[in-house]
Amino acid sequence: MAEVLVEVKNLSKHFAAETDFLGRPTSVLKAVDNLSLTIYKQEALGLVGESGCGKTTVGKLITNLYQPTNGTILFEGKDLTKLSAKERRSYARDIQLIFQDPYASLNPRMTVGDIIAEPIKINKLLPANKVEERVNYLLNCVGLANHHRNRYPHEFSGGQRQRVGIARALAVEPKLIVCDEPVSALDVSIQAQVLNLLDDLKDEFGLTYLFIAHGLNVVKHISDRVGVMYLGQLVELADKEELYQNPMHPYTKALLSAIPNIDPTVKKQRIILSGDVPSPIDPPDYCHFCGRCYQKKDNCDALASPQLKEVKPGHFVACHLYE
Amino acid sequence: MMLEVKNLTTEFKQKKGTVRAVNNVSFSVAPGEILAIVGESGSGKSVTSLSIMGLTPGKVSGEILFHGEDLRKKSVKEMQDIRGDKISMIFQEPMTSLNPVHRIKDQLCETIIRHMDLSKEDALKRAIEMLTLVGIPSPEKRINDYPHQMSGGMRQRVMIAMALSCHPELLIADEPTTALDVTIQAQIMELIYQLREKLNMGVILITHDLGVVAESADRVIVMYCGRVLEEASVVDLFANPKHPYTKGLLASIPRIDDQQERLYMIRGMVPNLADMPAGCSFSDRCDFCMDKCRQKMPKLKEVDGRAVRCFLYHDEEEETE
Repeated sequence: MAEVLVEVKNLSKHFAAETDFLGRPTSVLKAVDNLSLTIYKQEALGLVGESGCGKTTVGKLITNLYQPTNGTILFEGKDLTKLSAKERRSYARDIQLIFQDPYASLNPRMTVGDIIAEPIKINKLLPANKVEERVNYLLNCVGLANHHRNRYPHEFSGGQRQRVGIARALAVEPKLIVCDEPVSALDVSIQAQVLNLLDDLKDEFGLTYLFIAHGLNVVKHISDRVGVMYLGQLVELADKEELYQNPMHPYTKALLSAIPNIDPTVKKQRIILSGDVPSPIDPPDYCHFCGRCYQKKDNCDALASPQLKEVKPGHFVACHLYE
Repeated sequence: MMLEVKNLTTEFKQKKGTVRAVNNVSFSVAPGEILAIVGESGSGKSVTSLSIMGLTPGKVSGEILFHGEDLRKKSVKEMQDIRGDKISMIFQEPMTSLNPVHRIKDQLCETIIRHMDLSKEDALKRAIEMLTLVGIPSPEKRINDYPHQMSGGMRQRVMIAMALSCHPELLIADEPTTALDVTIQAQIMELIYQLREKLNMGVILITHDLGVVAESADRVIVMYCGRVLEEASVVDLFANPKHPYTKGLLASIPRIDDQQERLYMIRGMVPNLADMPAGCSFSDRCDFCMDKCRQKMPKLKEVDGRAVRCFLYHDEEEETE
């Protein structure tokens, strides 16, 4: 496979859930717990998981919006966690973010043209007289017309706003785009338009995506490899065909079996998990999935939390069943 | 038939004129049947359900026959007796449809005491029974919780418990699983499915998720801009969709079972209800659009035991009133 773009090693992000009267944490929310993964150049890595599993936190750590509690993030070999404020700026250009809510992520008081031009001006990428041309070009890239430049976000539908968000991310010619649930707020027919657009732009600009979503079919469509997260940990990572056809972790199996099938004549055998996702506050030392696991062995809660292990070439699983 | 809706039309007055959110919609639900209403945002599916319940501020016309009696002719008092008892509803957002300042206990018992002749103690027992039924662990304790102490899945289950507490004959579920994760969605749909078997209730399932429809519904209505475009049994609709919109919708979903290089796209966007194209409301986005489609609205007509509103299958047009 291609060169490594991002290498995440033993990344953790802990938040203080409660503090005592001196402000010292008494219980800890482990949003991301000892997570390692690699993103190769020009691939789309999907990250799926249910709400509260820490997938968005991973995205924010990689875009440097959060400082990690532990671990390193190597971007083209440079550790992002140890950068000075000045150095961080230059890397901010290389890593851009597309947000979930197209209604909240655009400034309602700026025209679309200004929204897209702002990152170009801040980074002084082009002389002032070239900016307009570039904005027009970007608008065309995402399927909007030049005259949309002078309109305000409220004049657009959800799908169009998401296109503006994509154009803004493209404006600084990033290497990596972190897409955090970019289509989950959109209608089915609009969702297809945006997914196709993301696909086209990836080829056109040679982009790398970290695609975070909870919709398993959407992630499968856009990604090359897919990672599954549960309570702050990566439990499985493999090529998408391999993962969807031959899931190994009990949680991945349950997750895949829970997707409604579009063919009403097929009744599939479903694994129904009992209970809710437990709270990530003070999680146990043993496997986090233990409480809901239907393939649990007697000693699972006595052993230390399983580590991600390469079971087959390119297929990583963190489960005691495969040790 | 338990519920028969005939020519339901709901209009809202706006500054710029009247907007017709639901336009001449007719359907029926039999006991024990799950009818799915599918559509994108703005298609009028939620307004349809609110109109049946008599909960919309808009102007409603047409007939809503429940066991042969028109719900629109009932007084406010009579409707209050029916709502929550014979017909009940699960709302879209479990986060906002429960009252945050009352305990779960009080909210559940309120409905039960209102509709059933039970003492406070018996009502509480019944409430706990319902929470057990929907699968909330240690219901005796959780019943004293406030909504914010519960997760989204649990709140949705409380909503379902509340809706089912008086054994309704008809359940209207408006996007019951949209706010939930897939594993929780599977639990909730399984629950609705079991209860319909057990209580023989009719269900109107309103959703935009075609996967959920394929798995659970018996019959499907596809709505677009306030009108029904297609009606068919679930097997027919998924095996052989007729209307170009239904075809497009089905083709634009990323499939889990096979790999598409590119997704099919329905071009353009849903038109604004205040500014509809002349003729068929889907004509601007349709790949099969003919000259006629831009001038006349086709009629919803039965073809081979199912109904479709499209000139590709017949050439009768809808009479304008």
